[in-house]
Amino acid sequence: MGLLTNLKDSISKVSDRLFADEEPKRIGIYGPPNAGKTTLANRIARDWTGDAVGPESHVPHETRRARRKEGVEIERNGRTVTIDIVDTPGVTTKVDYKEFLDHDMEKDDAVRRSREATEGVAEAMHWLREDVDGVIYVLDSTTDPFTQVNTMLIGIIESQDLPVLILANKTDLPESNIQRVANAFPQHETIPLSALEGDNMDEVYDKIAEYFG
Amino acid sequence: MPEATSNVDGGDGIGDDPDGIGDDPGDDGSGNDSGGNDDGNGVRIDLISGARMEGLTGMEKIRLILDGVRDGNIVILEEGLSPDEESKLIEVTMTEINPDEFSGIEIETYPKSDAGDQTLLDRLMGRESAQKLTVIGPANQLQTLHKDETLISALVSRK
Repeated sequence: MGLLTNLKDSISKVSDRLFADEEPKRIGIYGPPNAGKTTLANRIARDWTGDAVGPESHVPHETRRARRKEGVEIERNGRTVTIDIVDTPGVTTKVDYKEFLDHDMEKDDAVRRSREATEGVAEAMHWLREDVDGVIYVLDSTTDPFTQVNTMLIGIIESQDLPVLILANKTDLPESNIQRVANAFPQHETIPLSALEGDNMDEVYDKIAEYFG
Repeated sequence: MPEATSNVDGGDGIGDDPDGIGDDPGDDGSGNDSGGNDDGNGVRIDLISGARMEGLTGMEKIRLILDGVRDGNIVILEEGLSPDEESKLIEVTMTEINPDEFSGIEIETYPKSDAGDQTLLDRLMGRESAQKLTVIGPANQLQTLHKDETLISALVSRK
């Protein structure tokens, strides 16, 4: 009896995989530099897989290559949503190596970092046009969201008809202003969170399942 | 050491510059006069009409903009770029950044307030509300002072 039950379970699992809806959706985590994208990616990956995605830093452009964490299974309300998380470099229209010199970096290191950053941003834009199925757009809620890069990127995402979830990050900081983020993009829902502290992650996961499931 | 302040207002057309910006000697009609800033007396501003951009491919538009900006010019587009062109502009800009030579672009447009109102038919017909005045300049020369839904105020300096 036990053998039959196990066999039945195995067949059921295999058939579930064979006839699964589709491949896991690739969800790009986008936003300006230092919004907390990697902190969020690590939070999601650690919560559901136990691994991290990449190193976090206060120095801009710490993430200079898009990094993918595959097969993140998020369980919500009795069902499982499987996504691939793509943590992308912060998007900008300018990179000046001199800015890195303020972070105790030698000129050679700063120049190398700026070169890698520019390649990373170009790569992130390419991913956005070609290779993602949905976007989590992360904003630092302590800063003005009304910037050209944010306006352009949200416009690019909308023009591709990609589902987008806007997250107002860093709500643990006293200067956080969630309403300002919500006002900047009224056509989209804004979810507050602190990726660093893990605040409001339940709602974030509910929304990920709703938007990308 | 700012050379000129430019106040670009979509409604009022303010933008007069005391330093004679717009003299544009030697314009060959290409929209890219490589000698535009060589005299060092001012900053050249190219105002490019929607009609001029209309016949260009996406990549030609990006080249027109970046060639001008890399020469130190301020480029103002009457009708802006489509989201896809903006995406490619960022990508190409990144590939051209070079330490001590070109640190990228500053770009400002009015935010699209009607994004949510666009109909499916508009999008299918390619009417993507791209008609938004756009200012683009070298990142080390153009600094945005203030931006809201009706006003972009920027500071332009020489190299």
